[in-house]
Amino acid sequence: MNAITRLATAVSLASLFPLAASAADDKGTIEVTHWWTSPGENAAMEVLRNQVKADGYTWKDNAVAGGGGSTAMTVLKSRVVAGNPPGAAQIKGPDIQEWAKAGYLIPDNGLDDVAKENNWDTLLYPTAAKIVQYGNHYVAVPFNIHRVNWLWINPEAFKKAGIAKPPTSLEELYDAAAKLQQAGITPIALGGQPWQDSTLFESVVLAVMGPEGYHKSFVDLDQATLTGQKMADAFAALKKLAGYMDPNRSGKDWNLTTADVINGKAGMQPMGDWAKSEWTAAKKVAGKDYLCVPFPGTAGSYTYNVDSLAMFNVKNKGTLAAQRDVAKIALGTQFQTVFNQNKGSIPVRNDIDMSQFDSCAQASAKDFAEASKDGGAQPSMAHNMATNLPVQGAVFDVVTNFINDKNADPAKAAQQLGAAIKAAQ
Amino acid sequence: MNSVVALPRATPVLDRLQRWLPKLVLAPSMVVILVGFYAYIGWTLVLSFTSSSFVPNYTFVGLAQYWRLWDNDRWWVASKNLVIFGGLFIGISLVVGVLLAVLLDQRIRREGFIRTVYLYPMALSMIVTGTAWKWLLNPGMGLDKLLRDWGWTGFTFDWLINQDRVIYCVVIAAVWQASGFIMAMFLAGLRGVDGSIIRAAQVDGASLPTIYLKIVLPSLRPVFFSAFMILAHIAIKSFDLVMAMTAGGPGYASDLPAVFMYSFTFSRGQMGMGSASAMLMLGAILAILVPYLYSELRGKRHD
Amino acid sequence: MTSAVLKPGLTPSRVLIYAVLILACLMYLVPLVVMLLTSFKTPEDINSGNLLTLPHVFSTLGWVKAWATVRGYFWNSVAITVPAVLISTAVGALNGYVLSMWRFRGSQLFFGLLLFGCFLPFQAVLLPASFTLGKMGLANTTAGLVVVHVVYGLAFTTLFFRNFYVSVPEALVKAARLDGAGFFTIFGRVLLPMSVPTIMVCVIWQFTQIWNDFLFGVVFASGDAQPITVALNNLVNTTTGVKEYNVDMAAAMIAGLPTLLVYVLAGKYFLRGLTAGAVKG
Repeated sequence: MNAITRLATAVSLASLFPLAASAADDKGTIEVTHWWTSPGENAAMEVLRNQVKADGYTWKDNAVAGGGGSTAMTVLKSRVVAGNPPGAAQIKGPDIQEWAKAGYLIPDNGLDDVAKENNWDTLLYPTAAKIVQYGNHYVAVPFNIHRVNWLWINPEAFKKAGIAKPPTSLEELYDAAAKLQQAGITPIALGGQPWQDSTLFESVVLAVMGPEGYHKSFVDLDQATLTGQKMADAFAALKKLAGYMDPNRSGKDWNLTTADVINGKAGMQPMGDWAKSEWTAAKKVAGKDYLCVPFPGTAGSYTYNVDSLAMFNVKNKGTLAAQRDVAKIALGTQFQTVFNQNKGSIPVRNDIDMSQFDSCAQASAKDFAEASKDGGAQPSMAHNMATNLPVQGAVFDVVTNFINDKNADPAKAAQQLGAAIKAAQ
Repeated sequence: MNSVVALPRATPVLDRLQRWLPKLVLAPSMVVILVGFYAYIGWTLVLSFTSSSFVPNYTFVGLAQYWRLWDNDRWWVASKNLVIFGGLFIGISLVVGVLLAVLLDQRIRREGFIRTVYLYPMALSMIVTGTAWKWLLNPGMGLDKLLRDWGWTGFTFDWLINQDRVIYCVVIAAVWQASGFIMAMFLAGLRGVDGSIIRAAQVDGASLPTIYLKIVLPSLRPVFFSAFMILAHIAIKSFDLVMAMTAGGPGYASDLPAVFMYSFTFSRGQMGMGSASAMLMLGAILAILVPYLYSELRGKRHD
Repeated sequence: MTSAVLKPGLTPSRVLIYAVLILACLMYLVPLVVMLLTSFKTPEDINSGNLLTLPHVFSTLGWVKAWATVRGYFWNSVAITVPAVLISTAVGALNGYVLSMWRFRGSQLFFGLLLFGCFLPFQAVLLPASFTLGKMGLANTTAGLVVVHVVYGLAFTTLFFRNFYVSVPEALVKAARLDGAGFFTIFGRVLLPMSVPTIMVCVIWQFTQIWNDFLFGVVFASGDAQPITVALNNLVNTTTGVKEYNVDMAAAMIAGLPTLLVYVLAGKYFLRGLTAGAVKG
């Protein structure tokens, strides 16, 4: 290697923009199937891609947008059946266990020494670490922790409607909604898509039943709880809230409804912390131009949604090396900071300096640490964290049908929920 | 070998080769069709009797997946929608296509331009069509707002968000896309009709609508057949359209069996049940099509 | 036939006919106009106006941005579509020739099986097809995608040609055979020259189907080999981020432009081809 090449390599490593990725692509290639395609996510992934390239590996990007990853899942399955899985794919929650159980994920010793070298066992929040392990071995890499039970508020709109403070209980939420409606503002902004309906529903269940009831319903799938009076109450609350929404919300994307809150057409939006990226893009400042509060009635609880990249079992040695490299970088301090600042989530490592994050992220990190201690941290059902896909799908069907059917009966919906989950198990 | 005539002068070897050549030419396609269509259907049938979840497995569970399907509300909504959608889409496209073709056949000025206008939607992918119509029919954003801006204040058109009406929105978009093509097929058919028959009928004093209904259209029976084939093909493939337009919503009110099958097989991780739904769907298509194909093709060859 | 039916001139019934035709024209055009208008608006414009308001500022930003995103995939689509259209048309023509002029025991059954194939929902064959492609070593290649499109296009291409050749008088073929012409000679010298209109129909149909395909493209191609429809979907369906309808619509127009051009330029031949017999059973 002559001096100029060395210099060039050093410069490109330092700037994270390798001059020639091909110069070293014999080290190994990793193909990554994912659906992080929005501008913010793409910027975040670019950091990962560049670091992997700088380490001399080739990154083949297989981004498939759409349907909250359902298109990407189709692609992934067809590739696995073809005997040609990608090196890594965006798989979440209990699905990781299913893929691992079926023997498709990286073997036991694949990531464990990377984990050991980098102290994952102590650095990762235990909740997150458990998700990405199969039989005590790491098979996936967690990227972040999203909080789902947030409520995003436009304080301008609240002021206009004469609401003094953000609601902290369902009753206060109804009050605020009624006042907003009187002021001619759409009280609650929520797009009409099954996952959005269920995102609100799980927060309502958490508010009505508390974390224990939530856990019994969506993690234990306890029939008595699912069909009980409390569940009927949750459905009734959901119906009441649906009455405060834009009647034209069917099929609307979540970020378009966020835009309604940003420009004051709507008052508030129950949505996970990825909504923050919209506020940031609109150059709004947390705590001043918008407020983030826990969904009314769920303060002290925390529904989490952990994004992760599962590593597949591949024969190619170079790809295995690349997988390990991706794992190492993804949990590095720099990537964790940049990725999560873009994504709205909090780092999955407990040692990241949160002072570089905004007030919502700081609150999220604090709440997560506290909720983790007393069982307040619960996996999000609507975001594939609590159950496997068939059960989640069954819940989606019941909830979305209930919220769209004007004559639906809450008690009957609870019965249907129990029956649908039973049938999907 | 009904169409092969005796060849007195050919040598025996060449003769044999000639006789085998057609079969040899057809053979690759035959293999491809048997594997690519029928073996794959067979495989899906096998899967429908297994407990396959998110990837295929071969633990047999008998008819359990079919019973599950039977008990699934969403499947019934999807099936009912296919009947409504398929029937209306095929029917309306045929009527609109025939009507426009007959009108366009009356020595119209700028016929070429008008024809292109009717035909162009077929060039667009269903994803594009779905996206455009989702916009147009969106209450509060599309036509609804337009007409109110134009002073028609009481106007509301909210079918897209109405659980009972949404499937008709899909029909509208699908008819928009396909009817021009059907028009072209019938126009082509009309151009092939012998004009002297019509003149003779006119001399007999028959009115124009009667002539079309009684004489011209019945002679276009083969065109109806081809049009039906193409429309049925599109109806079954309308998956893309529904996904782009409503994604099956609101709720699952605009679900079609193809959407159901796709989401259960691939996104829900219930491959066995998805396969069962595919088999039922194929069975239904078979039940409708085979008698029709049979009656149309029987003794068709004019020799 | 038309010449005898109605005498040109402005009779009330002709006014009515024109009115209906023009109204229909408007209905067919509105979505295209809306898409075009939207693609030239700025995002603020889209939110403030309605569907048919003209852009306040005529902005090509959407087009520039859309082209930058989908440019690479545009050429992928070309590389997939051209060979797939040519191969499936050629094979369809030969199949149609055999099925109409050289029928043998079982050829009708084959035709029936093929017709039924037109109604196969493609979602049902995704997994076995990808399994087969994997075994053939064609998974995630453009070549694999071409194979898939040829296979699932065969049903229609064969149908088009078979229906056309059935309408060709058999005497032509018989005469050629008596002159000693062989299988391919008859096809090349007698039938192919008269098939141009049907070839046009077939090419246009296949071009539209393959260019617009999304399902096979997304499943059987990955990364840099993806066709434009997949890129369009990635652009339009991004789950997070700001929605830029002008970019979406411009990208949709770019994705649809080749097929639109084909229809506008070749529409005349298309009708001629349909008239020539492709629509006859």
